Amino acid sequence: MTLSTFKSVLFSVLFLAISTTGFALENKESGEDEKFDPKEMILHHVKDAHGFHLWGEGHDAVSIPLPVILWTDNGLTTFMSSAFHHDDSGKEIVSANGGKFVKVHEKIYQLNDDATAVTFDEEHHPTNAVKPLNFSITRNVLMLFVSALLLIVLFVSAARSYAKSKDGVPTGLAGFLEPLVVFVRDEIARPMIGEHKYKKYMPYLLTIFFFIWINNIFGLIPILNGANLSGNIAFTATLAIFTFIITTLSGNANYWKHIFWMPGVPVPMKIFLMPIEIIGMFVKPISLMIRLFANITAGHVIILALMSLIFVFKTVAIAPVSVGFSLFITVIEIIVTAIQAYIFTILSALYFGMATEEAHH
Amino acid sequence: MTITGIAAVGAGLAAIGAGLGIGKIGGSAMEAMARQPEMHGKIQSSALILAAFVEAVALFGVVVAFLQG
Amino acid sequence: MDLITPGIGLVFWTAVTFLILLFILRKFAWKPILGAVSDREEGIKDALASAEKARLEMQNLQADNERILKEARVERETMLKEAREIKAKMIADAKEEAQAQASKMIEQAQTAIESEKKSAMAELKNHVAGLSVEIAEKVVRDELSNKDKQLKLVETMLGEATLN
Repeated sequence: MTLSTFKSVLFSVLFLAISTTGFALENKESGEDEKFDPKEMILHHVKDAHGFHLWGEGHDAVSIPLPVILWTDNGLTTFMSSAFHHDDSGKEIVSANGGKFVKVHEKIYQLNDDATAVTFDEEHHPTNAVKPLNFSITRNVLMLFVSALLLIVLFVSAARSYAKSKDGVPTGLAGFLEPLVVFVRDEIARPMIGEHKYKKYMPYLLTIFFFIWINNIFGLIPILNGANLSGNIAFTATLAIFTFIITTLSGNANYWKHIFWMPGVPVPMKIFLMPIEIIGMFVKPISLMIRLFANITAGHVIILALMSLIFVFKTVAIAPVSVGFSLFITVIEIIVTAIQAYIFTILSALYFGMATEEAHH
Repeated sequence: MTITGIAAVGAGLAAIGAGLGIGKIGGSAMEAMARQPEMHGKIQSSALILAAFVEAVALFGVVVAFLQG
Repeated sequence: MDLITPGIGLVFWTAVTFLILLFILRKFAWKPILGAVSDREEGIKDALASAEKARLEMQNLQADNERILKEARVERETMLKEAREIKAKMIADAKEEAQAQASKMIEQAQTAIESEKKSAMAELKNHVAGLSVEIAEKVVRDELSNKDKQLKLVETMLGEATLN
């Protein structure tokens, strides 16, 4: 039963992915008379945005506005992203809370007090504006909330169903989710951390595994218009920092001894190893961050680049090739969503295991 | 050649290195699995972890390319 | 460059959301799910252990039964043997007693016969004596008239008497 459900879910995700990638591109292309720039298009899809763009271009565009929350010198400033009227070049100036704001390339700038229009240097960076602290509910932040809510609904209802069934046998949703939970416990936590200590880390590992996985999957559904959360370095950096904090806090004497005074090697070697180990301590979370970010972003870039071929060559003849290839990459990406969540979780577990390992020599 | 072009070549070189590394891991894992089919699960998960480590190096290259992009 | 500079807003929201998510899921999802799974695993382990125990008990019981059966069989054997022996002895005893009784009775009968015979002989003798006397009287009376005859008779009779 679970296998067939899984298959049908897989196929519907695939279908959505194929059908809407092309759709999204079509929107982008129409109405643009100037030369099609694939790099611009790809970066626009991979990056974060204020507002959920649905269809149309310029002033005709239809999008879901999202709140903009800024921390300026005058305190908290909030307004809806629709106030910019789909302008992304800094022409539309919004006045709120005594400040003047413009949006350039999905970044919000505050104009200096004496300026009336934004001016740019040759690299297209505004010269007379500063970037306030931006806590806006962007596309990615919205997806972050949606995915967290979905996880809560899924797992809390699954957990409830255990209380209902008298003999503790999983039914329905719990029957589908339980093997995944048991997988995290038996294949990740137990072998990497050890039988006696793994229980303490289970909530973190489970949460991180499902959180990354569901956001990887969301990133693959282009109807969400490239809500590329797990391909955003801020997201992966935050999770990597959590892993780093937990590793550092749970490090025992043995762990610190291995870093500062490696046992079992001659003294010159100990001195030589110490800086390497200290760098290694920080490289571990950095590599976690880069790995997830680059994997997911690279997948998106490849799919979008293959689709761009149609518009670069300006012919329909190339369409079967690029659709075929992007189908192939999408299938691989579906596997990668699970693998990257698994890798992030298992490496976190590995680091926790290293931090809590007892001396055995 | 522009700096972006050089960055692209760098990313390609990093991909070659990672390709070789992951290929070696995959080949050895396959061989090990064929030799000891009962260790299949353990070999597979350690091969995945090792591939992730190798891949990270290539991804550093890709990120440096992004820096120029 | 833009792509790999983390935005402070997203970092903030990710941290907040993740911590809340971790807290809620830990309390309302992971604890009950992991609890249910480990409870079930414990249950299965217990059930297997008790099944094994029951199997061992069963085996013990069977062994016990067999032992008791064996003992019972041995006991029956000995009882049967004893009974057989008793039977044989009883038969032998009865035979012996019967023989003794019989021989005793025969003896008694013999003695009785002997005494009867003796008494019968004695009576017969008496009878014969009386009869002889009577006959003698009659003969004497008859013969006494004739002297010769008398003598001859006495002689004959005497001779006969001594022969007897």
